[in-house]
Amino acid sequence: MRVALFITCFNDTLFPNVGIATTHLLERLGHTVDFPEAQTCCGQMHFNTGYQRETIPLVRHFVEVFGTAEAIVAPSASCVGMVRDLYSKAAALSADTALVEAVDQLIPRVYELSEFLVKRLGVTDVGAYYPHRVTYHPTCHSLRVLHLGDAPLQLLRAVKGIELVELPNARECCGFGGTFAIKNVDTSLAMLSDKMRCVLDTNAEVLCSADTSCLLHIGGGLHRQRAGVATMHLAEILANTESEAA
Amino acid sequence: MPSKSLPMFPQAAKAALDNSQLRRNLGKATTTIRTKRASVVSELPDWEDLRAAGSAIKAHVMRHLDEYLLQLEAAVQRAGGQVHWARDAAEANRIITGIVRGTGADHVVKVKSLTTDEIHLNKALAAAGIRAIETDLAELIIQLAGETSSHILVPAIHKNRSEIRDLFRRTIAKGEDLTDNPQQLAAAARRYLREQFLSAQVAVSGANFAIAETGTICVVESEGNGRMCLTLPQTLITVMGIEKVLPTFQDFAVFLQLLPRSSTGERMNPYTSLWTGVTPGDGPQTFHLVLLDNGRTNVLADEVGRQALHCIRCSACLNICPVYSRTGGHAYGSVYPGPIGAILTPQLVGVKQAKTLPYASTLCGACYEVCPVKINIPEVLLHLRGEVTRGTSPLNPEALAMRELAHIFANPKRYEQAQGLARHGQGLFMHGGVIDHLPGMLGSWTTARDLAPVPRQSFRDWWRERQKGDQV
Amino acid sequence: MKKTAKDAILARIRGAIANAPEPPPIPRDFRERDERDRAAILEDFIDRLADYKAIVTRTDEAGLPQAIEEACRQHGISRLVLPADLPSSWVPSGVTVMRDDPPLSLAALDESSGVLTGCAIAIAQTGTIILDGGASQGRRALSLIPDRHLCVVRAEQVVGLVPEAIVGLAERATHPITLISGPSATSDIELSRVEGVHGPRMLHVFVVHAR
Repeated sequence: MRVALFITCFNDTLFPNVGIATTHLLERLGHTVDFPEAQTCCGQMHFNTGYQRETIPLVRHFVEVFGTAEAIVAPSASCVGMVRDLYSKAAALSADTALVEAVDQLIPRVYELSEFLVKRLGVTDVGAYYPHRVTYHPTCHSLRVLHLGDAPLQLLRAVKGIELVELPNARECCGFGGTFAIKNVDTSLAMLSDKMRCVLDTNAEVLCSADTSCLLHIGGGLHRQRAGVATMHLAEILANTESEAA
Repeated sequence: MPSKSLPMFPQAAKAALDNSQLRRNLGKATTTIRTKRASVVSELPDWEDLRAAGSAIKAHVMRHLDEYLLQLEAAVQRAGGQVHWARDAAEANRIITGIVRGTGADHVVKVKSLTTDEIHLNKALAAAGIRAIETDLAELIIQLAGETSSHILVPAIHKNRSEIRDLFRRTIAKGEDLTDNPQQLAAAARRYLREQFLSAQVAVSGANFAIAETGTICVVESEGNGRMCLTLPQTLITVMGIEKVLPTFQDFAVFLQLLPRSSTGERMNPYTSLWTGVTPGDGPQTFHLVLLDNGRTNVLADEVGRQALHCIRCSACLNICPVYSRTGGHAYGSVYPGPIGAILTPQLVGVKQAKTLPYASTLCGACYEVCPVKINIPEVLLHLRGEVTRGTSPLNPEALAMRELAHIFANPKRYEQAQGLARHGQGLFMHGGVIDHLPGMLGSWTTARDLAPVPRQSFRDWWRERQKGDQV
Repeated sequence: MKKTAKDAILARIRGAIANAPEPPPIPRDFRERDERDRAAILEDFIDRLADYKAIVTRTDEAGLPQAIEEACRQHGISRLVLPADLPSSWVPSGVTVMRDDPPLSLAALDESSGVLTGCAIAIAQTGTIILDGGASQGRRALSLIPDRHLCVVRAEQVVGLVPEAIVGLAERATHPITLISGPSATSDIELSRVEGVHGPRMLHVFVVHAR
C-alpha cells in the first residue's frame, strides 16, 4: 500500500526517531511511505484548550495536505483522535460545507499505527526483536477515543525476545492532558507520581506507549528522579530487528 | 445565584493535594467503590442497553420538560399533594420557610439532598429560627463539625474515626463513654437520631426521581433515615430540581438498575421509598413538592451543555476521575464536584464565575465510560472551554500566544522557522544535556520533569536527506 | 397580571427547547424477563438474602405458623406488631400480639420487639423484598420502627429481574412502596461498613413453597 505518513508536529520536532522507526517498519512490511512535507500541526492543543475557531485554518491545511491519500498513518493516538473525533466539530464551526464534506471523506482514511497494522492490514507479528523487560501504558486516547483495545499489546506480544509485564492501573490517565500539565501543575504531578510508582513497581527497564506526549511526561518525571527507566514509542520497538542491534 | 467567582481550581487543588489524610481516605474510598461498581456492572449482560435506554429517556424528558412537569404537578395534586414552583434559591427558601412556619415547628429533620445544599436551605431556615437536623450519618457529622461536604456519596470521607468520636462526645453523646469503633459511633448516632425521628413534625427531603404519569416521588438510600423522615412526621416537604422528572412508572425499571450499581456498587441499595401525594393513615398527611429551577433552564438552553441535566447523581464519574480522586470535592468550590460538577456548575452559575472548572480535567474520558446515562462529559468540557476563551480578552497573554502559534502552524514555512528557533534557543535552558528549567508559564513543566533537548535534526530534515540519497 | 413562578419557569423552559431537535426514539433492548426456571430464580433469591445476612427459613404453607413461632422464640420476641389484616393462621402463640387496629402509637411501635408482615413482590436478582401496603403488609411505620422484621415471601411472589417487579407494582403505583434489599448500612466512617443504622436491624424471611 501507499501510506502517507502524518508525523505530528510533536514527533517531527521532539521525537524524530519515532518517525524514522515508523518509516522503516512500514517499508520493511512492503509498503511505500510518502511524507507530504507541507504538513504542520493537527491543532489538537488549540482545540482542547478552547481555541476552537483558531483550529479551522489548521484543519483546512490538513485536508489540503492529505486530501487524496489512500491511507494516512500517524504514530500518535492523540493526534489521530483529534482528526477522527473532533475535526467534524471544527469544520462545523467554519460553516464551510465544502470543508465539512472534505473532513467527512478524510476521517475514515486516517489511522493510528497499531490499528493500521492490526485492524487494517491484519498483521500482529511484524518480525521485531527487542530483548528487554517492557511495560506498556495504553493512553487515554488509544483506549477511550480510538478504542484501539489491545491492538498495541497484540503487536508487542509478538515481538521476539520481549519480556512484557503488565502495568498496574494501566487504564488510569498519566496526568499530561496537554495544557493541563501547565494549568494544573500540582494535580498533574500528583497523577504523574502514581503513574511513575506503577511503572517502577513492574521493575521494567523500558516504558512503552503509543503516544510520545505521555512518554514525555512520564519519562520526564522518571528522568528527573534518576529512576533509570527508558522510554520507547511502540514504533521504535516494532522497528527493531535482530539484524540491528537493540 | 452567587455573583462572586468560585475559587480557582489550581490553587484550591494544590491545598487539597497536600492533605495526606484526605489523599489516602479519598484514594481508598474511590478505589473501593470503583472496584465494586465494575464488578456489579459486569454481572449484567444488558448494561449497555440499560445505559442506552437511560440516556434516551433523559434526552426525551428534556425535550418535553414543560409537558412532563405539568403532568407531574397534576398527578401530585390529584393525590392530595401541593406543588410549588421556585425560580431560584431565594424563592425556594421563602416557600419552604413559610410552610415550616405554618406548622409552628421550630425544627425539621432532613434527608440528605444535594439540592437543599445547593440552595443553602439550612442557613435560610436558621435565619428564620428553624433548626434543620441532618439525619444522614455523614451529613450529621459535618453539620456537627460546622464543615462542608467533600464527596457526593461519602461526604465525611475527610474525617477519621477518632475525630468523629471526639465530635460526638462534644455534641450528641455528651458524657458517654464512646470508643472510636465505627459500630459504636453509628449506634450513638442511631440513639440520638431515633429520638429526633419519633418526635419531629416536619421533614425535608430531596428526590432522586419523580414520575410524571403517576406523581410518584422516589428516594434511594442506604441508612434508613430516609424512610424515617418520609414516614413519621406529619408534614413532608420535598425539594426537587426540575430535571429529575421521568415520564412513566415503568421507567423505574431502567433507573433503579442504573443508579445503585453506579453509585454504591451494589445490585440494589438497602432502601428505596416511593410515595405519591398523601395516603390516609400512612405517612405524612401534608405533602409539599417544591420544583426548583435555579439556573437549570440556562443549562437547558445550551444545545451541547443540556446533557448535564441528565445526571442522576450517582457519583460514578467522581470515583473514576483521576483528578477528583486526588483533589476531593472542596477544590471544585461547589455543591457539585468532580467531572459532573466541572460541566454543571459553570452552566448553573455562569461560565465567567467558574472559568477554571472546565480545565480541571485531562479529558481522559473515564467519566464518559462509566456514566450510566452516557453524558459526554469531555464534549461538554471542550464546549465550555470554548466559551471561556471567547469570553477572555484578546490581549490575554495565553490568547495572544495561542493565536500566534496557530498562525505559525497554518503555514509550513513559518512552522519550520519556529522549529529552528526552538532548537537554537534551548541552550539557555539546558543543564547536563537536558532541559531542566523553562521560562514563564512553561516553567511549571520543569518543576518536576526533565525535558530532552530538541534534536538537532527534525524528522523532516531526516526525510529530505534520505530523499537526496544520503541515508537509508 | 403578575407572572407566577410557574409561568416564568415554563416560559424559560419553552424558550430553551424551542429549536431543539426531537431526540431519537427510546431503545428498550434491556432484559425484561428472567427466562430461567423457577427453581434457579428462587435459589438466587435465597442466595442474595444470605449475602446480606438476612435469616432465611424455607417452609411450606402448613409449616409456616410453626416456623414463625419458632423464630419468635429464637429471637426473644415478646411483643409482636401485626398489620390489621394479617391472617390469624400466621399469628404465633407465646407472644403479646399488637394488631395495628386501631393504629398503634409511635411509642407503642418503639416499645415492640418485632413486626410480622407479608410482602407484595420480591426480586431474585437483587434480593429485594417489596412492600406496597397491600395484603398483610400494613402501613410503612409498622415495618420501620420495630427492631426485628419477620417477613413472609411466597415463592410465587418472587420474580427474576427488576423490570418484572416494576410491572408487578403498576396497579398499586400510587401507594406507598418500600423496596428492602438488606439491612440499612453506612460506610461513612472511614469507609468501614456498619450495618443496622436505622430501621430493623434483623430481617428474618420465610420463603413459602407451594407444597
